[in-house]
Amino acid sequence: MGFWHVLWPTGLFSNAAVVTAFRIGSAVAVVNAVVGVFVVIRGQAFSGHALGDVGATGAAGAYLAGITALWGFLAAGFSSGMAIESLGHRVRERDVATGVVLAFMLGLSALFLYLISALTETSGAPIAILFGSLFTVAPGMTGYVLGLSLSALLLLGIIFRPLLFSSVTPDVARVRGVSPRLVGLLFMVSLVVAVEESALVVGALLSTALLIGPAAIATKLSRQPLTSMALAMAIGVFTTWLGIILAYDSFLWPPLNRGWPISFFITSLMLLSYLTVQIASGRQRRSNAATALTDFGNLSTEREAWW
Amino acid sequence: MWHLLWPSGLLSFSFMQNAWMAGSAVAVVSAVVGFFVVLRGASFVAHAVPRGSFAGAAGAVLMGQSSLLGLGLFALLSSLGIALLGRRRRGAVATALVLVAALGLGDLFLSIGNVYAPEVFALLFGQVVGISRADVYFVGSLALAVVLVVAWLYRPLLMHSVSAEVAEVRGLRPVLLDGIFLLLVAAAATATVPVVGALLAFSLMVGPAAAASLLAKRPSTAVFLSIALALVSVWISLWLAYITSWPIGFYVSAWSLVAYLAVRLGQASRRGRTTLAQSDGALKTTTRGNFSG
Repeated sequence: MGFWHVLWPTGLFSNAAVVTAFRIGSAVAVVNAVVGVFVVIRGQAFSGHALGDVGATGAAGAYLAGITALWGFLAAGFSSGMAIESLGHRVRERDVATGVVLAFMLGLSALFLYLISALTETSGAPIAILFGSLFTVAPGMTGYVLGLSLSALLLLGIIFRPLLFSSVTPDVARVRGVSPRLVGLLFMVSLVVAVEESALVVGALLSTALLIGPAAIATKLSRQPLTSMALAMAIGVFTTWLGIILAYDSFLWPPLNRGWPISFFITSLMLLSYLTVQIASGRQRRSNAATALTDFGNLSTEREAWW
Repeated sequence: MWHLLWPSGLLSFSFMQNAWMAGSAVAVVSAVVGFFVVLRGASFVAHAVPRGSFAGAAGAVLMGQSSLLGLGLFALLSSLGIALLGRRRRGAVATALVLVAALGLGDLFLSIGNVYAPEVFALLFGQVVGISRADVYFVGSLALAVVLVVAWLYRPLLMHSVSAEVAEVRGLRPVLLDGIFLLLVAAAATATVPVVGALLAFSLMVGPAAAASLLAKRPSTAVFLSIALALVSVWISLWLAYITSWPIGFYVSAWSLVAYLAVRLGQASRRGRTTLAQSDGALKTTTRGNFSG
């Protein structure tokens, strides 16, 4: 099996599940990359991850109530997002507020999953709900996914300037008449839509990976917000494609010949890329040590340099 | 009625005795480490390390080893990963990436190993009934070790958590203290996950300590108050879980939220009253000033 055979295995595009995975995976990767850049600048990685996790609670609740999973995801996401935003609007309290809300929602999902297994005697539901897979997406979801992705992007486009302003220099933004509270709330809405939609189709785990990973790497590579977003999109889409192809290849791999989970490939690719960029930027910083003054100034100008 | 509230076997069954002992040890260790977690704003780390350690347990089950070994190893690896990647104020991002990488591995272990689903459920959400006497000794000694380390390093850890700059000026090494803090979280996670589960281990670290930190004026008071709140929370949860047979993690996390919300609301109403009183006072001063002028 040659190198190209690994990257272009036979039958890749004639498999319907793989084609759906490519489509949905790309849409999710693009939205998460754009929202993720703001998540990283605003230091909301914990909230972004927590919203993905609470989706599982919504899914379990929807399963119990017998309604479509999508509404469960959105309901859990919006209630948690608003709770985090109202309890933790001050930076000092945000971390703890997110933690307490996430803990409660996970406790609730423990209860729901217990009730599901007690009432319906299916024990596989918890794992299916906690670890989604890109290959099990129903093709009928594509329309919903695209619609939600577009509305999250649209909202982000509307608040783009004030959001960037208040994320980078909140004090200046306030003086200029931008309300950080309102902008933060609107951003939370688009974050909830983006994260819940991706948690529904790719699972909470991949949703966090695609939200934080590409944005973290891209903001290390470029300080310009628009460049970072473009880079994050490219990184997210590329990693997702590579993950899908490797997962498809892995159906021939030991020990089972039934495929490794795609989440394993995508998450380890993210960590490896971040590590590479971190080491490279560290080396570059050391080689610039002669110009120690600029290096010293980096920390304070890091935020202003966004402009 | 009385029988419903105090069912037979609550204290006499040996598995319940094990649960009471292990639960109390877990409450103490979570509250002590949780105090520093809240002070440093490190809830995400407290969530990620136990959650990542789940992958280790799945791997250990796959290789036929004790799941405690896997838990401990992965808790250690996750906190080391966070320590190494998370310099330069990018802690949350590094935590997220380490967490998803650990969970990706866990997903791989689960799919290769075909791990029995109830076992996964117990690791994720805790299994009070399954605690053996050996587990009690393990959890107890780990908890004791953590408490002793914290007692020994209390002042430097406190100073570093409040202000890393001041600690550095005073000659403390921030990298070392960050590492010690993360090791403490890893040890607390290893002790807590078998009892409360990987998903909810952090609720005991965050909830009681957050409520205590809002209530107490002095750090040492906050530590003891946090221990007391955590113990009460675990005892009530054990009792309710025994009566209803619902998962204990649900009760623990619900009590965390209730305690935190009660303190926040109490403070908000008190603050509302003081500002009212202050503005009232200010009004009186200005009116008096106007009159005398």
